[in-house]
Amino acid sequence: MATAVARVRVPARTLHSELRAIESVWRRELIRFSRDRLRLVTSLVQPFLFLFVLGTGLSRLASSGTHGVNFRTFVYPGVLCMAVMFIAMFSAASIVWDREFGFLREMMVAPVRRSSLVLGKCLGGTTVAAFEGAIVIAIGPLVGVPYTIALVLEVFALQLLLAFTITAFGVMAAARVAQMQSFMALTQMVVLPMFFISGALFPVSGLPPWLAVLNRLDPLTYAVDPMRRLVFSHLDISAAARRALDPGVTWWGWHVPTLLEAAVVALLGLVMLFVAILEFSRAE
Amino acid sequence: MFDTSATDPSEGLPPAISVRGLHKRFGDFEAVRGIDFEVATGETFGFLGPNGAGKSTTINMLCTLMKPSGGAATVAGHDVVRERDEVRRNIGLVFQDTTLDGYLSAEQNLRLHAELYGVPRETVGPRMRQVMEMVGLWERRASLVNTFSGGMKRRLEIARGLLHSPRVLFLDEPTIGLDPQTRSSIWNYISQLGEAEDITIFLTTHYMDEAEYCERIAIMDQGAIIVLDTPEALKESVGQDRVQIHTDDDPSAIAALRERFGIEAKMSEELVTFGVPLGEEFVPRLFDEWDPAHPPIKSVSVSRPSLDDVFMSYTGSTIRDAESSGGNDHLRHVARMMGS
Repeated sequence: MATAVARVRVPARTLHSELRAIESVWRRELIRFSRDRLRLVTSLVQPFLFLFVLGTGLSRLASSGTHGVNFRTFVYPGVLCMAVMFIAMFSAASIVWDREFGFLREMMVAPVRRSSLVLGKCLGGTTVAAFEGAIVIAIGPLVGVPYTIALVLEVFALQLLLAFTITAFGVMAAARVAQMQSFMALTQMVVLPMFFISGALFPVSGLPPWLAVLNRLDPLTYAVDPMRRLVFSHLDISAAARRALDPGVTWWGWHVPTLLEAAVVALLGLVMLFVAILEFSRAE
Repeated sequence: MFDTSATDPSEGLPPAISVRGLHKRFGDFEAVRGIDFEVATGETFGFLGPNGAGKSTTINMLCTLMKPSGGAATVAGHDVVRERDEVRRNIGLVFQDTTLDGYLSAEQNLRLHAELYGVPRETVGPRMRQVMEMVGLWERRASLVNTFSGGMKRRLEIARGLLHSPRVLFLDEPTIGLDPQTRSSIWNYISQLGEAEDITIFLTTHYMDEAEYCERIAIMDQGAIIVLDTPEALKESVGQDRVQIHTDDDPSAIAALRERFGIEAKMSEELVTFGVPLGEEFVPRLFDEWDPAHPPIKSVSVSRPSLDDVFMSYTGSTIRDAESSGGNDHLRHVARMMGS
């Protein structure tokens, strides 16, 4: 046997080797996602239900308050955010599977930084979630979203940011949660309340104080609000309708700028990524 | 304590593994109680002992998956605590439980490993083919790992463990849970390995027959190394053949052996078992002098000392008995959780 052919020398750790590790962990997420057709389909059921069943049903009730705007168009930005959130959490859940099935060990003993593994996971989850988000973006015209190329790009960038932050949150949580059932319960417990409180289904001005406080504390608020602003900026509607349906988020009466909202989402994502790296580095 | 130099096959080379006073405590339970040993470069070295003896804990410490509570160890010349990365680059691991991604193909699993270990891109292809051919899985490289049998998965893990040409390959119970046929084929691959690759193999097992494949073995029980030598030397040290007889009334047969022959017999595998220096010559004498009043002997067997007997003579129990009393699944579980 010609063993001399391929005796390997593993070189010392370099930035290049860390990048290769990040890329390979990222690629693995994509391969696994592409194999899992069922996940691709099931994860789209919820946004369709919200948009076409709930949206259509409620639009008959809500028509008096929407100033002529299609109710489905109104809930669309929130539903897009929710879809991205669910997918991002499911992607992060793969770490829990990896631990249960032992694969996490294979990665943890590799001579690479834990931060590379965590970053690769986060980027993988982000990519998968953004891909699903793109499908929801594609159905926008069906619910009256007047897409232009600029709007598609802006919406895509914003949902990419949200996907990253939620994946980072999921990975951070997965460092602590040992069982898949617990992680799924956590996902339900986190995503749905965040969705309902965020103002995905209602304008965020004039809320009762308790709900207003919860709403301003909900990170998803800062993704749904700019998302809606983006969509509404392309709608041809009256100033009154805009004021009523897209009032914007205020902090003690101060109108929070769109960029600052996006920055809040990004900052949260980075903080959680950092915590996730710490947690996985500690687990020696 | 043990003279390891006498059997060292590669004198002059630094040892592949060197362990001094290694200790591991979980709470107030001492899983490993200060062990010392050296493994020479190129050697196949086995840890033999019942479940819960501390074998996996030791392997986890040597693989940098667990920090020792005390003592020191070097693997491939690097300290397992201070030079963790160096150690990791130079070792291959095959765990008790599978650590493959079942949703990836065999090839994709190996490729991912190559990327994580920074195997130079141009050598990944040929090297992958080489290790997969070695374990007979090259034809199945495109299949999803989920479609593999237990034995195929284990072979793939061995191939993966070798992919980055480690200097030391750790195999933690490489044949656990496999049927006898698959076990022996895994052993074929492992023995070939020793010849084909310039590699030191460190393995744990609780199968006595498998320990025979090792050049040297350390018998471990309750966190300590009881004895360490070549399998042959260990068997010689027992020095006696094993005789087993089957009767209708074992207690009185044991009493008769004591009175008549001055032999202390024990029950093992439901047979009256004892050791004598020359078994074949003892059997005729046994029948000549066996009183008709004693329970009649229905069958008799004589065997050369096995590692079972070695284990029994050093620990006072068979490995199966030690397992049922000392097997500590809870601790195994704890160790696993900490390992990940």
